[in-house]
Amino acid sequence: MKQHEFETQHQALWQRIEAALEKPSQGDNGKFLAEQYLHLCQQLAIAKERMYDGALLERLNKLALELYRELYRYRSETRLNFYAFCKRDFPLAIYRHRFYILIAFLVMVLPGLVAGAWTYLDEDAIYSVIDGSQVRQMERMYDPQADKLGRERESETDILMFGFYIKNNISVAFRCFAGGLLLGIGTLLVLFFNGMFMGSIAGHLTRLDYVDTFYPFVAGHGSFELTAIVFSGAAGLRLGYAILNPGQSSRLDSLRQAGRDVVPMLYGIVLMLIVAAFLEAFWSSDAALPISVKYAVAAVLWGLVLLYSFSGRRYESR
Amino acid sequence: MLDTRYRVEIPGGIQLEAQVVGPIPRAFAFAIDLIIRGVIIIVLWIASIPLGLSGMGGGVFLIFLFVIEWLYPVLFEVFARGQTPGKKMFGISVINDDLSPVTLGTSLVRNLLRTVDFLPLFYLVGLVAMLSNRRFQRLGDMAAGTLVISVREVPKPAAMEDVVPLAPSTPLSRADQTSIINFLQRSSQLSQPRQQELAAILEGTTHEKDDNGVEYLHRIGAWFLGVR
Repeated sequence: MKQHEFETQHQALWQRIEAALEKPSQGDNGKFLAEQYLHLCQQLAIAKERMYDGALLERLNKLALELYRELYRYRSETRLNFYAFCKRDFPLAIYRHRFYILIAFLVMVLPGLVAGAWTYLDEDAIYSVIDGSQVRQMERMYDPQADKLGRERESETDILMFGFYIKNNISVAFRCFAGGLLLGIGTLLVLFFNGMFMGSIAGHLTRLDYVDTFYPFVAGHGSFELTAIVFSGAAGLRLGYAILNPGQSSRLDSLRQAGRDVVPMLYGIVLMLIVAAFLEAFWSSDAALPISVKYAVAAVLWGLVLLYSFSGRRYESR
Repeated sequence: MLDTRYRVEIPGGIQLEAQVVGPIPRAFAFAIDLIIRGVIIIVLWIASIPLGLSGMGGGVFLIFLFVIEWLYPVLFEVFARGQTPGKKMFGISVINDDLSPVTLGTSLVRNLLRTVDFLPLFYLVGLVAMLSNRRFQRLGDMAAGTLVISVREVPKPAAMEDVVPLAPSTPLSRADQTSIINFLQRSSQLSQPRQQELAAILEGTTHEKDDNGVEYLHRIGAWFLGVR
């Protein structure tokens, strides 16, 4: 069959497909497109086989590509099932990242402990880690005389702080994850310096005996926040290790696989940090509550987070 | 060889082709998006003043700031067929490397890793990465398994109503036939002098000059296409 005849024969159909692709969700268009998909593929294959002109092939290829994209917009994996994610997908992803989590945990906590011990024992040590104005700000924040805890609360309200924690903490977690692409080094640096920063502040404030204001404040939301930061570090390390040790696949394929595997971790991290920001803004900052209540709630929160984090093993296929 | 065509076999048993897009249009698209983002941020900032910047308004503003900073490309890529407004303007679109549409997961990974592609300044890492592989993928694209392809309209073939088909005096090979058909189909994209130049290459064979040569080739092309 000559090209002209072929085009004349199918022209009307192609125009109908083009029109349907403009409004795919209208009326029977979806059904029509699904029915025509294989026909169009066949026509493209025939046109290629008969070596028809490039312009026709290009047109059919574009049409087939658009139809293909339209059909595959509705894959089950693109629909997020919140319940199944919380119950199974996220804990399973945590379980599968357990070694990375362990390393991220150690890289954050060990420098924190060392820095904490140092600033606790040495009065001037804190100034080697954090600059003076920031130290004075921290001291004011947790001064037992203040009526609102946390960051300075002269005129700010809890909602402002909620927004601040969302923006700040999730950005830190995202950067910590992204640093993994630099062979994991960026992630390790973010974890190391955050650990050291937090540890030295804790040590310094303990030395000043601000114990009753600082620890009840951080204990509650820390359960979600610190865990989520460790998780984001683990996701970053997963990327870095995939490049360093690709195993049987190419480095590119290995990285791509890691990129797919960390997605549930990313969703989970965002959810956890939203909860953490909520707790930090509305619960932790309330100085009116007795310290015992705060510690009790913090213990429950830590228990829940840990229990949840260790619940993924049973979903692993063996 | 520089070839920006990317081929994938899809279920349906055929190979589809897409044109991957290099750094220049992507940089322009990014610049447009940057301007749009800037405008949105300013408008939101003004809108949140009545709610109190040191209270409710400030909190809501910071949350939106976070969303626009990190999730602006993700939301558009997932819900607007792989296109942010800037990408739409330049006719490019993000797609998974199996040519299926981007999902929330792949889009999130490629856009969070943008931070690294941006390093140390103005996407230097991303640019080097893009220029070092045939698919123009920056690091975020490699990890997510995504591509940026061109979705511009295909130019329409030339109208042939006034071309009277003519059988060639000698049989021609398939490749020669295809070349002459291409010459006809693309005549709308070529200027008349350029067509004359191309037709002049065959002057020794066709013995037709200038416009007559062009018309002669058009007529043979129409014959090969099957117009009678």
